[in-house]
Amino acid sequence: MTTIRIKAKERAGIVDVKSLMKHPMETGLRKDKDGNIIPPHFIQEIVAENNGAVVFSGSFNTSISKDPYLSFQYSGKKGDKLTLSWTDNQGQKESSTVDVG
Amino acid sequence: MDRRGALKVLGLAGSALTALVGLPKLAMASWAKTAFEARSGADALQGLYGGNATTPSDAVKLKAPDIAENGAVVPIEVETDMDAESIAILIEKNPSPLAGSFDLPAGTKALVKTRVRMGETTNVTAVVKSGGKLYTATKEVKVTIGGCGG
Repeated sequence: MTTIRIKAKERAGIVDVKSLMKHPMETGLRKDKDGNIIPPHFIQEIVAENNGAVVFSGSFNTSISKDPYLSFQYSGKKGDKLTLSWTDNQGQKESSTVDVG
Repeated sequence: MDRRGALKVLGLAGSALTALVGLPKLAMASWAKTAFEARSGADALQGLYGGNATTPSDAVKLKAPDIAENGAVVPIEVETDMDAESIAILIEKNPSPLAGSFDLPAGTKALVKTRVRMGETTNVTAVVKSGGKLYTATKEVKVTIGGCGG
């Protein structure tokens, strides 16, 4: 089960992507009940590939909200395979692929 | 070929393979540490784009709420009709102002929507890189409850 939810819909040659990535996005500025700093844990890199070609990429900082939402649009068609991947500051990775509808 | 020679050839082939496989990965791991850890918007842009001269432009469309009741989740939308290579979002009063940067290959629309945190009422600036120049749009968002915890 992937923790990335993606909706990709094509209209007039443009694919509209809406995605939600489950992630705590800890800033490293918060403290727990005992006053200890909660270490930063956040997504740093996002890459979107359509049939293996990069169509969108980006970097997040700690000011992106918990469970990041990301939406963008690119040229594509129905049936294309869209893969969205992220890497966080602790080296964890997650990836999900959907068919463009 | 003696054993030593064979090993040498193997070693060379190995490093060539590493170079081939390793390079694209290096190119992807591009989180710009100096830019994202910068304490001012100007330093962040310097670190990200190698320059921080910006021009305000009506062609940069920034959508953000006038008032954010919850600073933890503030929807931000940046769009432009310009031929853009990159989009960045700055939140002036956050400890690290650069919230995100996005690269747009040819065929990708100059449009990004996401949700950000802000600790207090602050200016949000959308930066669009087009033709090697930086264009901006700025809007103040009033925050009633800060979103950075503490």
